[in-house]
Amino acid sequence: MTKTTAGHRLEIFYRDAELDTRGLLLQDKLNSLGLSAVVEEVRLSEVYTLEGDFSQARLKEVAGLLLNPVVHDCLIDEARSLGTAEVVLEVGFLPGVTDNIAHSAAETLADAWGTPLAVDQGIYSSTIYYIQVANLTTEDRRLIGRILANALIQRLDWKDRSSYVADKGMDCIIPRVRLEVGKKISLVDLKISEAELIALGKEGIIDHCDEQGNIIRRGPLALDLPSLAAIADYFATLEQRQPTDLELEALAQTWSEHCKHTIFAAAIDDLEEGLYKTYIKGATKKIRQERGAEDICVSVFVDNSGAIIFDDEYLVTDKVETHNSPSALDPFGGSITGIVGVNRDTVGFGLGARPIINRYGFCVADPRDYEPLYRSPGGGNQALRPRRILDGIVDGVRVGGNCSGIPTTQGFLTFHPGYKGKPLVFVGTVGLIPRKTESGRLSHEKAARPGDYIVVLGGRVGLDGIHGATFSSEALTGGSPATAVQIGDPITQKKFSDAIVKEARQRNLYSSITDNGAGGISCSVAEMARECNGCRVDLEKVPVKYPGMAPWEIWISESQERMTLAVPPEKWPELEALLSNRGVEATVIGEFTDSGRCQVSYQGEMVMDMELEFLHNGQPVKYLSTRVRPSVENEVVLPALTELPLAELFTKMFKRLNLASHAYVSTQYDFEVQGGSVLKPQVGRNQIDGFATVVQPLPESSKGVALSQSLYPAVSDLDTYAAAVTAIDTAVRNLLAVGTPLSQIALLDNFCWCSSDDPERLWQLKECARACYETAVCYGTPFISGKDSMYNDFSGYDGQDQALTISVPPTILISSIGVMPDISSLRSFAFVKPGDLIYLLGSGGSDLGGSEYLSLLREESLVDAGAWGRVPRFDPGALLPLYRSLQKWIAAGLFRSLYPLAQGGLALAVGKGSMAEGLGCALKIPASERADLLLFNEYPGRFLVSLAPEIGAKLEKEFADNSCTRLGRVQADEEIIISQNGEISLQTTVSSLLTAYRSTFAGF
Amino acid sequence: MAQPKVLLLTGYGINCEEETAYAFQACGAQTAIVHVNDLIAAPKQLSDYQIFVVPGGFSYGDDTGSGNALANKMRHTLWPELMAFVAADHLVLGICNGFQVLVNLGLLPGDTDNSFGARRVALIANSTARYECRWVNLLAAETDSVFLRGVSSLSLPVAHGEGRFYAPAETLSELKQRRQIALRYADSEKRPARGFFPANPNGSLDDIAALCAAQGRIFGLRPHPERAFRSSHMPDWPERLALAPDSDWREPGPGRVIFENAVNYFS
Repeated sequence: MTKTTAGHRLEIFYRDAELDTRGLLLQDKLNSLGLSAVVEEVRLSEVYTLEGDFSQARLKEVAGLLLNPVVHDCLIDEARSLGTAEVVLEVGFLPGVTDNIAHSAAETLADAWGTPLAVDQGIYSSTIYYIQVANLTTEDRRLIGRILANALIQRLDWKDRSSYVADKGMDCIIPRVRLEVGKKISLVDLKISEAELIALGKEGIIDHCDEQGNIIRRGPLALDLPSLAAIADYFATLEQRQPTDLELEALAQTWSEHCKHTIFAAAIDDLEEGLYKTYIKGATKKIRQERGAEDICVSVFVDNSGAIIFDDEYLVTDKVETHNSPSALDPFGGSITGIVGVNRDTVGFGLGARPIINRYGFCVADPRDYEPLYRSPGGGNQALRPRRILDGIVDGVRVGGNCSGIPTTQGFLTFHPGYKGKPLVFVGTVGLIPRKTESGRLSHEKAARPGDYIVVLGGRVGLDGIHGATFSSEALTGGSPATAVQIGDPITQKKFSDAIVKEARQRNLYSSITDNGAGGISCSVAEMARECNGCRVDLEKVPVKYPGMAPWEIWISESQERMTLAVPPEKWPELEALLSNRGVEATVIGEFTDSGRCQVSYQGEMVMDMELEFLHNGQPVKYLSTRVRPSVENEVVLPALTELPLAELFTKMFKRLNLASHAYVSTQYDFEVQGGSVLKPQVGRNQIDGFATVVQPLPESSKGVALSQSLYPAVSDLDTYAAAVTAIDTAVRNLLAVGTPLSQIALLDNFCWCSSDDPERLWQLKECARACYETAVCYGTPFISGKDSMYNDFSGYDGQDQALTISVPPTILISSIGVMPDISSLRSFAFVKPGDLIYLLGSGGSDLGGSEYLSLLREESLVDAGAWGRVPRFDPGALLPLYRSLQKWIAAGLFRSLYPLAQGGLALAVGKGSMAEGLGCALKIPASERADLLLFNEYPGRFLVSLAPEIGAKLEKEFADNSCTRLGRVQADEEIIISQNGEISLQTTVSSLLTAYRSTFAGF
Repeated sequence: MAQPKVLLLTGYGINCEEETAYAFQACGAQTAIVHVNDLIAAPKQLSDYQIFVVPGGFSYGDDTGSGNALANKMRHTLWPELMAFVAADHLVLGICNGFQVLVNLGLLPGDTDNSFGARRVALIANSTARYECRWVNLLAAETDSVFLRGVSSLSLPVAHGEGRFYAPAETLSELKQRRQIALRYADSEKRPARGFFPANPNGSLDDIAALCAAQGRIFGLRPHPERAFRSSHMPDWPERLALAPDSDWREPGPGRVIFENAVNYFS
């Protein structure tokens, strides 16, 4: 970082302290950190640092463009009066980190002056916090710093009152990236010892030696010995030379777990074809064959998203990604990059689908857990705390989703101690695309042709994201590269996304398109090259953010917000003009060929020249074997019902992290934009979290897109097969409940596993995948897309410097998407009319393994700490008759409300049904049932329904074979009364339940 | 003129142009969505239209203050044409981020001498310091707003991070006097929200949610009327269906009247 005076500082702040909302709220937040001192006041300033010489008149002009004169004051090259502040903290970005505010400011200056800033000029944003607090300790500063900045991407500069006054304010710091220019390509010798090869694979190519003579490597290639041997053999025999560093880096990207899903593709035990082909693709293939003409799939497992039929004219696409490792290091950057990245999987589907709905899902540890974790021994490199991670990932999806104008309707929060070392961040996007373009092309088909230009568009390439793909294939340790962290730029992406899906696609200006994700252009160009069998790239033509990048860095950089297109030369002038007019940078970097080779040159020198076939298929086949993991299931000895405080436990269930209101998240996400929202994230006048959402994407069509998802990590701890069956059943049942026919539902799988080299974990994975196959085939609901993330483990140290590993529970997330023929068949779970009858459809059991209730009993010491119980096991096929009958009743509009039972069981369904519109209920528990088991067991396959009293008898008759239990009626007031054998088992009110339900996240 | 022509701006992060255009079309207008750079390249085309709309969205990502960067761009490139447009008997509508653009351009509220261009009020970060997406109740104030004819109250969604209305005391009293306050946030009983969250979702001074100027022909509002255009948009729609399964999702929602009023102004 260069400290210099060749710059100017513009400091903008609210004239009236009352309007400085962020400062006011920050004061409370800082005082909640447990500092040794009390913070009396915080005031903020926004700073723009201008690099270069500017006249005073020019600076005043800049200030006028960037401030709001109604509320702001501005100082130019002048320190703000400290007032009563005792310490000052400035937070700015480190060199090379995406600075969106500065980017917009630079555009504003360019708009006003009619010319962009010169190459030796620049603008950078930062924030100053003026804190009134007496005697801040070093530890206090550390705590504050951790809240206000992330040292991986930001600088923190502290000054106390005296040095601020002596220095006349904060320093003028210009975070320009300065790299040594002239880095060359090098050859890598693979004829080295096995130990050297292992080091090469795990830690990367040797870059240089530092002054102490230590070898500095470039970061993990994540290539194992068999892979390195195959590479050595290929270059020795077929190319008869050593590979270049760029070739090795490119192979590492292409063969990474992240890109090739080596574990899912590997032969495993007796499954020669591997888990993915056998169980996931296998399920879809079988379902499609069985469905024949009724098949809803159009493009599955071949493109950036999967697509099903919406109607005669449109397809809907869906894709769910994870962004776990980056989110552990920088939660905001990780999640915004994730959501904006998965949007590109929509824009990159077929010839370009339009993103119409975002999904999200965050798995974290208890945000009230303050026990520290460290990545390095001796208390070094502290991991972010669960609360900080949660706040950051919530923010990232908010900024990414809202700025992109895509409604973020569907999502969830899940809490489990196993997510403490590494959170899981799921992000998904649904798209809409006409089945044919205006020129009559099928829009889901695309192919680059020899002679087409290779065009990259969007953001420029920097060092950010180098080694992202290989990094997520390794467990998180102290050596994880900070360059894996980056920040998304949703507006840059919005500009090209609109230009592509609203203009260029219909004008037929390109032959193929794909997203630049993991591996950057090394993966996107090489992937598209398969469509025509070759490519040739001039690497120096790739637009870069700053000079000095090595060729291999340009080739594999994962800088975001970029797409790669194949453009016929005759279409290029028109496309270039369109994009330029829409503020999108686009550059020809080479052409597609039919040479069978991937050829890359840099300033005339060939830096990569190898067979596409080897690049894509040269990786040795892995053989994996598994070993049965012993079950920890056991019998639970429950206290007698009379010894349990049932009413109290009932209320406590609604406060549990997994069951309490998460509305503070969903109301930060714009779920209304694009004007299609029908079933919203919250239900009823009391805004109770729903389990599914519905969007009407076309304003003149009564069709809807229904979305839901399900996961049972606590069940996975005991039985991954059961976790998958239950998750699929729940995800499907949730859509049935809002009016989607079974035949119109498709699924997406996301496996987030741990320690995937361990044969027992692999056995759990295999069991889980087998359950996916069997259940999906049983329901006839095909998988259309999926993604896996295999190494979600944290290795580090606890507060006592004891080494520990925290692995996520093996997590299978099932997302469901369905096409509703008519949104008028939609019902919510709200009880709407006093006197309506309430029924439970379907039957459960008494096993509590993996349930919220058993966790509660353990936490309350009402059962043994080691009481895990047995998970609910059931035959999904046996549920189908109920689902088919239900579907008919829903289509006929006979129900007033439906709630598909899931976590929290019947209790949650009853409570939420009551709370939504404030109408209580009076229910009788059958004499044969133990009250708590009936209320809280989590057996799937069941629904709580309410309906008009006059059709109760008809329901009982038609559902007689499907276990139909009449529980009671909806009340005219807010009383919730549950009784058994004439005695009240528990009694509460909607108001007190609402208070409990909203209390857990009240301060978030 | 029976069928007015509506120009809706797009580009640089504007994102509500299509649903807003649909709302105008469904009420009988002709619409054109025009990229801001295409309008700048041929600004005279503005005179072909009778209604100019700055839709909602995130122009320039809200960086440097929401609506600020786009307003700067328009001020530098389109000002004479905008003044000519306003001087004619035309309508201007700014929704959400578009309202901010109009405020930052000085088209709202305008000056006491009926001139435009000065920034006199501000929409700043919500008092919760958080983006809020929720449905709110609104009361129409005493105005001449063309867009709110016949409206006394309505329910619409808001979705913004910077919607807190602020004006210096003298400006506020002048706005009241000149009948320029168009909508105020209210509670579910249609009483003024009096600043309380969540009825007033952002801490707006005097619960102000919308302004108008030029005899009610220029209108800017924080909530999104295009997102409350039909029954199926309404948050209580599923419960309404439960009680009346034959309800038609095409029935008008409360936001529709704003577009109808605009179109009918030219009939």
